[in-house]
Amino acid sequence: MIEIRGLHKSFGALKVLQGVDLHIPLEKTTVILGRSGAGKSVLLKHIIGLMRPDRGKVWINGLDITRLGDKDLNEMRKKFGMLFQEAALFDSMNVEENVAFPLREHTKLSEKDISRIVAQKLEQVGLPGEEKKMPAQLSGGMKRRVGLARALVLDPEIVLFDEPTAGLDPPMAAAIEDLIIETQRKLGRTFVVITHNIHTAFHIAHKIAMLHEGRIIEEGTPRAFRRSSNFVVQVFMSRGEEKEVK
Amino acid sequence: MRKVWKTVNIVGEKVAKYIDEMGRMLLLLLDTIRWSFSPPFRLDLLFQQMDRVGVRSVLVVVLTGTFTGMVLALQSFHATRGFGAETMVGVAVALSMTRELGPVLTSFMVAGRAGSAMAAEIGTMRITEQIDALFTMAINPVKYLIVPRVLASIVVVPMLTIIADFVGIVGGYFMGVTVLGINAGSYVANMEKYVALDDIYHGVIKALVFGLILSIIGCYKGYTTTGGAVGVGRATTESVVLSAIVILMANYLLTAAMF
Ligand SMILES: Nc1ncnc2c1ncn2[C@@H]1O[C@H](COP(=O)(O)OP(=O)(O)OP(=O)(O)O)[C@@H](O)[C@H]1O
Ligand SMILES: [Mg+2]
Repeated sequence: MIEIRGLHKSFGALKVLQGVDLHIPLEKTTVILGRSGAGKSVLLKHIIGLMRPDRGKVWINGLDITRLGDKDLNEMRKKFGMLFQEAALFDSMNVEENVAFPLREHTKLSEKDISRIVAQKLEQVGLPGEEKKMPAQLSGGMKRRVGLARALVLDPEIVLFDEPTAGLDPPMAAAIEDLIIETQRKLGRTFVVITHNIHTAFHIAHKIAMLHEGRIIEEGTPRAFRRSSNFVVQVFMSRGEEKEVK
Repeated sequence: MRKVWKTVNIVGEKVAKYIDEMGRMLLLLLDTIRWSFSPPFRLDLLFQQMDRVGVRSVLVVVLTGTFTGMVLALQSFHATRGFGAETMVGVAVALSMTRELGPVLTSFMVAGRAGSAMAAEIGTMRITEQIDALFTMAINPVKYLIVPRVLASIVVVPMLTIIADFVGIVGGYFMGVTVLGINAGSYVANMEKYVALDDIYHGVIKALVFGLILSIIGCYKGYTTTGGAVGVGRATTESVVLSAIVILMANYLLTAAMF
């Protein structure tokens, strides 16, 4: 279970998070919506301890990670996988080495097993046989899918996805959504997904929360969220749907 | 009066910034030392860096060393000929190379070639969130990126320095004996008489310190990069300039302490 309480974060005069309270249920997919620049990526980085808040707490399974030292934090992160918004692939390594990296660092698997797992993960994200390509040779959407494979390769307990379907064509986006749903269901993992895309949100979420002006202004099941009386949420959803129809 | 104060203020701020930066670098150094002693020891990464920092610097170091030895011989020949002390040319070359120019020039070359590359590479990893990605995969970037680079430099810069010393002395011999016609027997005899093994040792100790300086500065500049591609460029340049300055200052202190 992830519990966020009163999270504040500013960069100089820019107040990004101003008291975020959010409960992220275990073994479910939680989607965080919000406009560009709302602070979604910043919030995600607090959940995995990449950023330290000015104020507030983040509890992961009962441990407040904002107070952990380097070593404990490192231990804690073995439970996590994360897909970065810009994929953050290691550009000195090819696709295979990128996806295999967590396996080589944290497991004692044989090279044969590693290449089998890597091939399987690449297949799942629609990139079979692309092992030898370097990140510089990939499109943005391809990089993101390699990043996704890397985030999932250790089957971590908690996975944070920053815009997994942005920049993908609709069939590919749908395939990635299905992969997320299937993985979550099969392994019973806790997923936190950031997206702009209303359709993605309703497709994959057990819970949806909306971040606006530094706070969570609405949260609930997709069904409850759809019926929200909050004006900002309504505008966000209607505009989202209009855009999708076009 | 107000103008004076303004200047004092600006200078004061600059100095404070430098001291602050030195402090942060020292903290990174302490962190690096701490992680160097924490297993698992990554020999694979160390060898990879030794290859990149060392093996690929051999050619530039050989060229630098040879020509420096030759020009030292030429200059000291002109300086000593007046009072018939040409046979001391070899001593002048050997002492200048082993004590000062060998370590200093070698580490300048490595700072320019490898220290700058460390800043650029780690800086790019910083701005593209690859360093954050390492953190999320429970890999400490100091241990994974910085420790191997620093250890490799500490090992490799002294080795390169010995190469530079050697080719410098050979270059000096070629210039002095072959080109300028100094008597070979007394050239070598004097060198043996006046150059001690300690001179080489001291130079090698200097090189070790310089290797530490240039690698920790390169890594620090990369690790703290902000501001996109421009920031990476800035980090790279600053790493070379700062390394050169700190190496020269350290050289003075080490000379004063050891000789
Ligand atoms: N390291 C940082 N230093 C300074 N400002 C930052 C930093 N990271 C984020 N910000 C600022 O915080 C705000 C929120 O950024 P964030 O990346 O979280 O937005 P986002 O909701 O993820 O937007 P998008 O949907 O476009 O990715 C932005 O105004 C951004 O400029
Ligand atoms: Mg973002």
